[in-house]
Amino acid sequence: MAQFGEQTASGHLHVSPESKAPYDADVLAQLRADAETIIARYPVPRSALLPMLHLVQSVDGYITGRGIAVCAEMLDLTLAEVSAVATFYTQYKRHPNGEYTVGVCTNTLCAIMGGDEIWQSVSEHLGIGHDETTADGKITLERIECNAACDYAPVVMTNWEFFDNQTPESTVQLVDDLRAGKDVTPTRGPNKVCTFKQTSRLLAGFNDGLADEGVSAGPASTEGTRLARAKGWVAPGDDAPQANEEVHP
Amino acid sequence: MSTTLTPILTKTWGEDRSWTLESYERTQQGYQGLRAALGRERDDLVQALKDSGLRGRGGAGFPTGMKWGFLPPDDGKPRYLVVNADESEPGTCKDIPLMMANPQVLIEGVAITSFAIRCNHAFIYLRGEVAHVYRRLLRAVEEAYAAGHLGKNIHGSGFDLDVTVHAGAGAYICGEETALLDSLEGRRGQPRLKPPFPAVAGLYSRPTVVNNVESIASVPGIALHGADWFGSMGTEKSKGFGIFSLSGHVKRPGQYEAPMGITLRELIDMAGGMRDPEKALKFWTPGGSSTPIFTAEHLDVPLDFDSVASAGSMLGTRALQIFDETVSVVRAVSRWTDFYMHESCGKCTPCREGTWWLSQILHRIEAGQGLQEDIDKLLDICDNILGRAFCALGDGATSPITSAIQYFREEFEAGMHTPAAELFPPAASTLFGSKESVSA
Ligand SMILES: Cc1cc2nc3c(=O)[nH]c(=O)nc-3n(C[C@H](O)[C@H](O)[C@H](O)COP(=O)(O)O)c2cc1C
Ligand code: SF4
Ligand code: FES
Repeated sequence: MAQFGEQTASGHLHVSPESKAPYDADVLAQLRADAETIIARYPVPRSALLPMLHLVQSVDGYITGRGIAVCAEMLDLTLAEVSAVATFYTQYKRHPNGEYTVGVCTNTLCAIMGGDEIWQSVSEHLGIGHDETTADGKITLERIECNAACDYAPVVMTNWEFFDNQTPESTVQLVDDLRAGKDVTPTRGPNKVCTFKQTSRLLAGFNDGLADEGVSAGPASTEGTRLARAKGWVAPGDDAPQANEEVHP
Repeated sequence: MSTTLTPILTKTWGEDRSWTLESYERTQQGYQGLRAALGRERDDLVQALKDSGLRGRGGAGFPTGMKWGFLPPDDGKPRYLVVNADESEPGTCKDIPLMMANPQVLIEGVAITSFAIRCNHAFIYLRGEVAHVYRRLLRAVEEAYAAGHLGKNIHGSGFDLDVTVHAGAGAYICGEETALLDSLEGRRGQPRLKPPFPAVAGLYSRPTVVNNVESIASVPGIALHGADWFGSMGTEKSKGFGIFSLSGHVKRPGQYEAPMGITLRELIDMAGGMRDPEKALKFWTPGGSSTPIFTAEHLDVPLDFDSVASAGSMLGTRALQIFDETVSVVRAVSRWTDFYMHESCGKCTPCREGTWWLSQILHRIEAGQGLQEDIDKLLDICDNILGRAFCALGDGATSPITSAIQYFREEFEAGMHTPAAELFPPAASTLFGSKESVSA
């Protein structure tokens, strides 16, 4: 397991001094106001901790010592209690994250369908391994577990948007485009991938207004529905549709 | 072929803006189930769910109506509904597309269920790694509030309901219902000792119903069309329909909504057959990686809870991962074991230490460097985890190993001298590698 910041020989977690440098007053004021909004969603304040940690990442790009301190203070928790939570979940980054997290699914199904080859190609192409970031600060590469898109294997996620049915070539192109500052469009998602900080703000529960962009479902999700329509199969009580549509032209 | 598909939850997926409230109300009688429910006695609704025979779609198959019925009598203090939208079991990929294409059916289900169980604040716990699904859910809730389907005094009934959509932060164990509750309370996601069950002491120690996305999304149909309608599909003990997710080496992987009891043979046929008809089916999971694998001899097992259990596995989440003869079972199992090792929450020793040892041993077998006693050691460690782990993650970690050794022991024996990649060159299994070999 990766360490939070650095682990010292004596076993203590060491959070880098710069990550403890205080926030500017205006940043802090906004952070606190947003955190209050999150806390108000729950009957018990502590439930706000996970979204608040996403919020910290939306400001700092990772979980900082100062972010932990703000969470602890606002939720009346100890620093250790907040750190314990921050180190449990894989989406919380323990060191400055790139602008884009590119996650290659290497769980069994995707790995076998080509995820292992994809991983090897991009890792070699970028010269970095798991949870490492390119020198330009653009891309953090990760091996990820099953992301509930196995019918689109092999799958790559970029800042937690779906890139379905990938190949080594398409993924290398994806990271090159991201590094060149081009807009990239997920297969099932908004018109363009957000930055890590923007996505983190969304995950803190702040709607970014992009829900109406993108497809309703990808082709694999609707295989059964299209087959049923073509065959005239319906659920009990439904009117039979005209069986005229070609499923796979 | 006798069985046909029954598009219900999936019916409008892929249609233009199917995620909007406007589309849901226009094409699916959206929120008519809620209107009907609000005019009924709450206990009648719980009874209707019992009568429908709906069993939980999140893996364990516990009867949903019975779970609702376990809540203690109303004491005037809060009780909660928590929707389990953590979908992370390897192979499972039904709830995510459902919430992306048709979030309103889930929100309507949340409203009906909350009314039935006297809950005024419901939560949807979504895994954090699906940004666009989170957007769609946030938007769906906004739209439902604006239309008066959520909020205060819903449709003049006097019933109030708030819904909070909460994003997790990456941890498979948070799909386990009590770990999910701890996570939702802002803690590390580690399972709680049961009893007390969530129905008695769940979120904030209050009575809580935890149900899967697909379970709750099935409620509006039952509220609108009745228990008999639901029960007219499926089998005697596994009533209704379910989304079957096919992935891997079939021509058209995807989501197929069908009555319970359909067989894999029928489903593969619907999916256009195997990817390469020359290459036989080797093994498959009926319900995700935590359910013991099946082989070609199980093609005709009806995919309902009891038939799959009698055949030695579990229906789980109907996550049908299909592997053809190009695939090394050792490699597959070794990778799943890495997953369990990575996701073990660390709370109990058999799972925390056991998954680590299993992973070490499987890696050396995969590399062709297994030791003579390794198969026995694997089985021995599995035996020490199964039934002794604190939660079902540990049990699940043993399923792929023991079942794979049962059906393919000789492949593990080959791992004493030959690397898996030599016996089964990985390129032959990939989507792109095989395209070349097919066209060659
Ligand atoms: C390790 C583990 C992971 C689980 N993951 C999920 C999940 O992602 N989604 C889900 O609905 N149930 C999951 N479950 C099952 C839940 O504990 C619970 O049984 C289920 O949410 C109940 O809903 P249902 O009765 O509607 O199926 C998981 C169980 C375990 C042990
Ligand atoms: S079985 Fe594994 S996941 Fe479950 S409590 Fe024990 S260590 Fe945690
Ligand atoms: S195994 Fe990669 S998305 Fe499921």
